Amino acid sequence: MTQQPTERPADRSTGQPAGRGAPSGDIVLEVHDLRVHFPTNDGVVKAVDGLDFTLARGKTLGIVGESGSGKSVSSSAIMGLHNPQRTKISGSVVLNGVDLLTLSEDQMRKRRGRDVAMIFQDPLSSMHPYYTVGNQIVEAYRVHNDVSKRQARARAIEMLARVGIPQPDRRVDDYPHQFSGGMRQRAMIAMGLINDPGLLIADEPTTALDVTVQAQILDLLQDLQREFDSAVIIITHDLGVVAEMADDVLVMYAGRGVEYGPCKEILTHPEMPYTWGLLSSVPDVQGDTAVKLVPIPGNPPSLLSPPSGCKFHPRCQHRDKVPGDLCRTEEPLLVAGQRGPGHTKRCHIANPEDIYAKEVLPEVEGVAEAMHDLVEESK
Amino acid sequence: MNEVTDESTSPDASSGTATATGTGAPGASGASVAPEPSHGDGSTPGRRTILEVDELQMYFPVKSSGIIRRTIAHVQAVDGVSFEVETGSALGLVGESGCGKSTTGRLITRLLTPTAGAIRFEGRDIAKLSPRELKPLRRDIQMIFQDPYTSLNPRHTVGSIVAAPLEIHNVVPKKKILSRVQELLEIVGLNPEHYNRYPNEFSGGQRQRIGIARALTLNPKLLVADEPVSALDVSIQAQVINLLQDLQKEFDISFLFIAHDLAVVRHFCPEVAVMYLGKIVEVADRVTLYNRPYHPYTQALLSAVPDVKQAAIGGRRDRVRLEGDVPSPINPPSGCRFRTRCPIAQDICAKVIPPLLQIGPRHKVACHFAGEAGKHPAQPVFSRALGVDENGSPEPGVTPVPGLVEHPGFADTWFDIESQKMGS
Repeated sequence: MTQQPTERPADRSTGQPAGRGAPSGDIVLEVHDLRVHFPTNDGVVKAVDGLDFTLARGKTLGIVGESGSGKSVSSSAIMGLHNPQRTKISGSVVLNGVDLLTLSEDQMRKRRGRDVAMIFQDPLSSMHPYYTVGNQIVEAYRVHNDVSKRQARARAIEMLARVGIPQPDRRVDDYPHQFSGGMRQRAMIAMGLINDPGLLIADEPTTALDVTVQAQILDLLQDLQREFDSAVIIITHDLGVVAEMADDVLVMYAGRGVEYGPCKEILTHPEMPYTWGLLSSVPDVQGDTAVKLVPIPGNPPSLLSPPSGCKFHPRCQHRDKVPGDLCRTEEPLLVAGQRGPGHTKRCHIANPEDIYAKEVLPEVEGVAEAMHDLVEESK
Repeated sequence: MNEVTDESTSPDASSGTATATGTGAPGASGASVAPEPSHGDGSTPGRRTILEVDELQMYFPVKSSGIIRRTIAHVQAVDGVSFEVETGSALGLVGESGCGKSTTGRLITRLLTPTAGAIRFEGRDIAKLSPRELKPLRRDIQMIFQDPYTSLNPRHTVGSIVAAPLEIHNVVPKKKILSRVQELLEIVGLNPEHYNRYPNEFSGGQRQRIGIARALTLNPKLLVADEPVSALDVSIQAQVINLLQDLQKEFDISFLFIAHDLAVVRHFCPEVAVMYLGKIVEVADRVTLYNRPYHPYTQALLSAVPDVKQAAIGGRRDRVRLEGDVPSPINPPSGCRFRTRCPIAQDICAKVIPPLLQIGPRHKVACHFAGEAGKHPAQPVFSRALGVDENGSPEPGVTPVPGLVEHPGFADTWFDIESQKMGS
């Protein structure tokens, strides 16, 4: 290890969410060519295979993809949660100038929770049922701060109040099962943010929650992010959540980033057929109900023996637009698309904007109009 | 509809009576539905109801600890729910977890016996039937479960899972079971050669298709789909929704579609009912419900849904923020159950339970201050009609408006909020 850990501000133990002193816009996390492979008896499962992204302070990155696309595996790799004996990780994960993949377990342990924290999907199974919520938050705080139990408890109550738990001085002594789902997720957020980490990874934070509670939690996450000025990675399969929360979006498929760019760009001018498929396969609360959903045919590929060339080509309905057999033989690189260097995609199609505007959108909207006319006539 | 009431299920019923359930070619079930309009208001021609649920109630007892386990309270999971499902149509049931939507589904499939109320399936009350009487009915009402992993027996092959209903109901000769199973697998888009495989060899979406094939085995008339796609990935969700829509059209199946995903429900169901804490708070056709909801809970629920298109153009819709959690169904709030979280609640809401009253051609709402978002009236809309003053105390001088009663279906006349009279 060549780089020294950055110096931490001295005011950390006072409980002031003072940020790091660095202004918004600094690069907090840089992931380069991350590969996470699991050797198994059947062969090597390439769960993540060449992932690149950067994340600036105060910004939110949304990672979307189906189950098995490598979203959670890559976030666990950033947290250093994989068993090194059973996992082969290569590439680099540079957090605040330090490559986390080169750290020893002891060094990583010092950073986990302090520099990078994680919120899991199911707060009931990620909290210990035998300890009170307060004890678990206190533990998370005392691991990194040399304070008395009393001080830590006061800080835990303060954080519980901050995330909107009513009567925090009483609820701090409750066990996880005494909390509702939404309150447990709030407590998880309190635990994650108690050390004011520069990076917060939220792995499907609202999937287990009802929509009204989901809205509460998303609002809370946004408020806290503004207040603590931390970078957030939000992993989800819900494009709606990404649309509301993220500044940047990374679409993952079969362990690779297939489209990456600013959120608004990706949602309005997607250039990768998989992203098109994701967008046209979800109904929305305002769209035309007479339109049939356009699903992505087939199933996600096996990561043991992924298809050759572009990993999406067996399910892609636009591969005939690429000359030759390129989609099958050669894997496209993640390169800038038609709309400038900020928006990259992994696809051979040369004129995705045309195709999206002429073929994909009309398929959704044209059918809508036709069906609408029919319905009107029948009345 | 004689065959429904007919108790005797002779082994070769399929060849004898007109049911043809089971053996019949796909589409036969639609033809077997009696042409005359079934029970209901019968006033709207062209609409037939297959299912009418009237004041359905399910209280689960809470027992004390100790040797004598006395009942100390009741979980009021479903409390006076009424609705209708039209033949060949789909009614969506939405609400947060714990609102009683799944319990309602289980009551209608009679996996549970309701504590009170009526479930009229094709005009016949099935709420209190014995298991023996229910057996022939099981053919007509089937269920699709949420979790395709736990709802299939891991030790049975797909073939035996799908064939089980055929064997139990004895509708197909043994020799023909395999061909029927393969036909069903093909209908739901699976490879018919895979009948010999076990569920663990299939992906989540494929398993859900197996569950659907099992539900279709006996050509049901009504399918209760309890969160059929919420365990699936988005791209697979669309496949399964399209499959269900195709099947609905092909076999003329009526659906009770239970889900918490408002966008999916809107896509699938022409009519949607919103539940909160065991009661229906609003029911309407989807255009009305999603564009002009009158109940503050529906408004909050809709405003909480993250919307891709809205966010893509920039900004988000204004949210009606709901604070806190759903109260306990053991001891629900008096009056309107939503009042503890309602942004516009007033005194009357704690005193008088708002009835679910029809306020439009196909629109019912249970709220004293029903109105479009941001335009809720200052005076309770039903108070005069219910014979109480604006604070909820009985008012002697005012008589309730006649004809203002709750009923499962929609009537031709409804209570007009503007004029405070019955109109049409």
